[in-house]
This record gives sequence, C-alpha cells and structure tokens, in this order.
Amino acid sequence: MSSRSETLELRPIRGPSAFGGGLRRTWDLLWLTSVTDFRLRYTNTLLGYSWSVLKPFLFFGIIYLVINQVLRFGGEVKDYPMLLILNLVIFQYFQETTSTALRSISSKEPMVRKMQFPRIVIPLSVSLSAAISLLSNLIGVFLLFLVVGLDPRASWLLLPVVLLALIVLTTALSMFLSVAYVRSEDVGQAWTLLLRVLFYATPILYPLDIDAIPDSIRSVIAANPLSPLLEQARIWVIDAGAPSTVELVGGVMGAAVPLLISVVVCVAGFWLFNREAPRVAEAL
Amino acid sequence: MTLRGRLRNPTGRTPPRRLDVLQGLSFDVARGEFFGIVGKNGSGKSTLLKLLASVYRADAGSIRIAGRLAPFLELGVGFNPELTALDNVVLNGVMMGLSQGEARRRFGEIIEFAGLGEYTDLQVKNYSSGMKVRLGFAVMTHVDADVLLIDEVLAVGDAEFQEKCGEVFERMHREGRTMILVTHSMQTVIAYCERALLLEDGRIDTIGGPDRVAERYYAVNLKAAMDRPGAALPDIAARIVSAIADPAARITDAWLVDSEGERQHVLERGQRIELRAQIRVEQGFEGLYFHFQISSTDGRTVFASDRAALGEDRFATAAGRGLEVAASVENLLPPGRYTIACDVSRGPEDPAGPRKIVRLEVAGEPWQGTISLEHEISVTENSAEPVVGR
Repeated sequence: MSSRSETLELRPIRGPSAFGGGLRRTWDLLWLTSVTDFRLRYTNTLLGYSWSVLKPFLFFGIIYLVINQVLRFGGEVKDYPMLLILNLVIFQYFQETTSTALRSISSKEPMVRKMQFPRIVIPLSVSLSAAISLLSNLIGVFLLFLVVGLDPRASWLLLPVVLLALIVLTTALSMFLSVAYVRSEDVGQAWTLLLRVLFYATPILYPLDIDAIPDSIRSVIAANPLSPLLEQARIWVIDAGAPSTVELVGGVMGAAVPLLISVVVCVAGFWLFNREAPRVAEAL
Repeated sequence: MTLRGRLRNPTGRTPPRRLDVLQGLSFDVARGEFFGIVGKNGSGKSTLLKLLASVYRADAGSIRIAGRLAPFLELGVGFNPELTALDNVVLNGVMMGLSQGEARRRFGEIIEFAGLGEYTDLQVKNYSSGMKVRLGFAVMTHVDADVLLIDEVLAVGDAEFQEKCGEVFERMHREGRTMILVTHSMQTVIAYCERALLLEDGRIDTIGGPDRVAERYYAVNLKAAMDRPGAALPDIAARIVSAIADPAARITDAWLVDSEGERQHVLERGQRIELRAQIRVEQGFEGLYFHFQISSTDGRTVFASDRAALGEDRFATAAGRGLEVAASVENLLPPGRYTIACDVSRGPEDPAGPRKIVRLEVAGEPWQGTISLEHEISVTENSAEPVVGR
C-alpha cells in the first residue's frame, strides 16, 4: 500500500456532472459498460449473438414479403431489396438506441443514487453498444450484397461518413431523452408514438424520388434529419444514379432544413443533459 | 377536486415542495481522522453523505477535499447480477477510481480477502447475500482511496463479518486514510471514531468527542420521541425524559485503570476490568444508584451490572457533592472492542440519567465464541481399551 505522507491539495467537490471525473475513467467506464451490456443481451439465449444479426433480417423478410410480393411495390426501384435491408438496419440502430436510452438513467437508479461517476456514461454506453450491433449487422448486410452480386464500389468506403453523422445525431437525441424521461414519464409514451411516425416519415420502405409522393409531402419527409442520411447511403452503396437530397427538394435551402434540425437536436441534447445531469440523482 | 382546481392543475399532481435538508453546516475533518456522522432518520445524514460523495450537488456552499474519495453508500451497489465476480470487481473498481488494469491486477487479492476463491466463475446473482456483501466490502478495502465514506456498512452481515469490518477500518485508519462513517450505532462511534458530528434537522447539533456526541444523541432521540404530536405521554416516559433533562447526578468522567492506577482502555485478555467514575450530585435525594453495562460493537449487551446504592442518607447524596465510584469486573471477554455505559438513577427501579460511555479494548488474537474462559486440555493414553480397526 502506498505511503500517505505526500501532500494532497484541497480541491472543491462540485457534485455530479455530465462529463467530470477524468477522461480516462470515463472512457474505461464507457467501454466496460457498453461491452458488458452488449454481451449480456445475448448471454442467456440459445442462439446468443446471432439474434443480433438475425433480427433485422427476419424483419426484412416480413416487410419485403408484404411490400414487394403482396403490394407489388419496389419493382421500379433499382435493387429494392438491398435498399430496404440497408435502411432497416440503419433505422433499427436509431430506434433501439433512442428507446433504450430513454429509460437508461431510471433503470440504473441504484447506481445513480449511490455512486459518483460522469453521468454521460449512461446514454453513451447505450449508444456505443448499439453501434457495435449496427456494425456487426452491416457486415452481415454487405456480405449479403456480395453474395447476391451487387458490385463492390469505392464509394462503399464513404458509408462511415453517414454512420458517423447518424451516431452523433442519435446519441445527442438519446442524451436529451434520457434526462427528459427522468423529469416526466410522458416522454416515454410520446417517444414510442413518435418513433412509429418516424418509421413511415423516413424514406425506409420507399425512396424519396418515386413519383407517387406528392411534392408537399416530399418536402415534409425531406425535412426529417434521417432522410438525407438514408438518401446519401443509397447513393454511395446501392445506386450511384439516385438523386441527391439537394436535387430532391429542389435547392440548397431545402436541404439546409434537416441539417438545421440536426444541429438544433445536437445542441439541445448536450445542453439539456449538461444542465440536468447534476440533479438526476435527486429527481429519480 | 373542484373544477377550478382541476383547471389550475390539470394533471392532478401535488406540486413539488421545497425542502431544505441541510442548512448552515460548516465543519472540517482532518486528514487521517476517523470521523463519525450520526443523527436520527431524516436528520440529513444521508444527504450530507451524498453531497460528499458527489451524488448530489449542493445548492449553496462549498465542499473541498484532498485526495481521492471512495464512497460506499451501499455495499455492492454497482454489481450486475448477471456478471461474474471478475467482471463486477473490475467495473466496481473503475467506478471507485482504479484504472481498468489496476482493477484486474487486484482481483486475486480481492477475491481472496472476500474468501470467495472457489466461486469466481459464478454469476453474482447466484451468490448469497452474505457473499455479495463480502465481495463489496473486499472491493472497498482495495481501491486505495485517501478518504472513505461509509454508510451503515456495519449494520449488515453477521457478528464475524462485523468483527472483520472493524479490523479493516482500524487498519485503513492506521495507514493514514481518512474515514467518514455514518451510523446509528453509538457503540460503533465510540469504539472507532475520534470525533463525531450529530445532525439534527439538517443542522449541526454537536460536534466533538464521540462520547459527548453519543450522550447528546440519546438525549435528542428521547426528546424527539416525547415531542411527537399526538403521542400520549405515559408516566414512565415522562420520568425517563426528566431523568435525562434534569438528572439527580451527573457522571462527569469515567475511565478504566490498569494495575498501577493509570488510565488505560486496552486490556489483556483475562485482565480484570477496573472502572472508575466521577459523579457530581445535582440534587439531594434519598439514595443514588450506579449501574453500568458492557456492550459489543454490534450493540449486544454483554454484561449488565447490579444497581449499586451510593449512600442511603441525605447527607451522602447532598447536592454539590462529588463522589468517586470504583467497580471491578471479572474479564471473560474475548478480544475485541466494547463500550461501557455508566449511569446513575434515583432508585433501583428508576430510569437512568445521562450515560457516560467508556471504550474498552481487549487485546489478543481473534476468538471464537462469546466468552473467553480459562481452560486446559490434557491427554492420557487409555491402554485398557485398545482401538481395534473394523
């Protein structure tokens, strides 16, 4: 045991905070909780980790059956099944992260009320372990692309740009939701509803350029911050000839709307989390 | 709820009420000190501890600390039941400020200290509650903090575990760590703490020596029980209160002496306990009775003396007189820590006045059992009945 003769300096205790507590420790905690969360999710299941990959594919199977085989939609869209599964995997990350993060602080109540650690670790670890799932799912998706004969293109390597933007946006939103839920449980109900709306108001089942969409609705959907991400992923991964967001909404001004919303979401997420983090232990 | 009220407050929730839990608190704890925080439920102890532990943020004022602090508001609180001991120890260690590598390196030591060497692969949900507590405690003792905040840890676990806790606290204290202990047990405060703080309604009631704080604690608690609105004041309760608030006599000092008559609170095993008490008579009364009892740190009364008359006539107990009591007790106590509470009452059946508490430590190797008796075991060979293998 080290000797305690060295002089120690008095420093103020400011109470819990979103970020304080040392970068190294924050990272260690973040990594440990994310990895254990990810591991725990599948430890007690027979198929284990394969559920993580299986889930979006099964979901894809059902949706594809209904949309393509029953409703006969997607024929005119290039590589529609490929686009559908890519979109589903990406949206699943968004949905899982935000809905898990929403209850993350309250589900860790005993820890929050009894231990001192940077509060940011909680929503971040949710986001990180979901990001691990996302990456592993994407590996599965790309393997599938190669098997069905989609030609690999150099622009596939640009996908991480979209993923990074997606992760930042999702994480900021998760931070917002996690502390908002502590203040009011209504947020939980509202978010479940909003997620359902977002599923249809995001170009997941359909691309934005199909003629069936009236212009007025298209501009609303295009304002959704997730839309340009999915549209860009489509251009880089599935169909180089697909129209860009700027073309879709007819101008840079229109494309700036989802960007602006994203920035607002990010700022609001950080701001609210930073403001509320010191008090969450009392509010729980 | 009226329509008007419904309109004003559509959700029907009671509006939050502001509650100032702590007010005007100011105190210092010296480096390496063993400091106790006591108070009844709702006095603000836990809030104070949570402020020190950076779980809550103070609305006003400042708290400063030197070195690293490890809070133990509940043993094993961060444990994930689905994980094994190793994963939990690493996670908990990092929470308490160790690096990941350091936490892994100390795992062997920790698991050995907890005595759980055979169960490392078991998920913690399959541990008994005692095993969980042991693991939590083991982590706590190995995180190398400068300041330890401990909340009621001693209240859990069996007598053997409490004994071990006591030894560990002592060792950490000797290593120069600052210990801050929140407890309900006055025995614990007196046995371990060098100073203590009594919180009452979010303010400092008393701060100082543990015996003084313990006396105040008993007085405050009793008064609170009596002041409770609606409680009919039974005669006996009123007499208990008045015995403390307006005592017939006060014990001004109490101590133990060794064979040379020097003050000494550490005794060898088997060494007779020689108790001395200084009494000042406050009110002349027909008879005063002295009594003491020995308790172990877990709060059990190990021994209670008779009530001994201190003089039958009015003269012997005239107001203002000083008396010195000497008591001598056979010592069958196993090594460990004890407290001796002395008090004076007006009659053999009357409630006691304010207590004076003396600490006692019996030195020696840890002992199994409740009393330590002199004994001998001898062996002789019995050749009349040889043992035959069957």
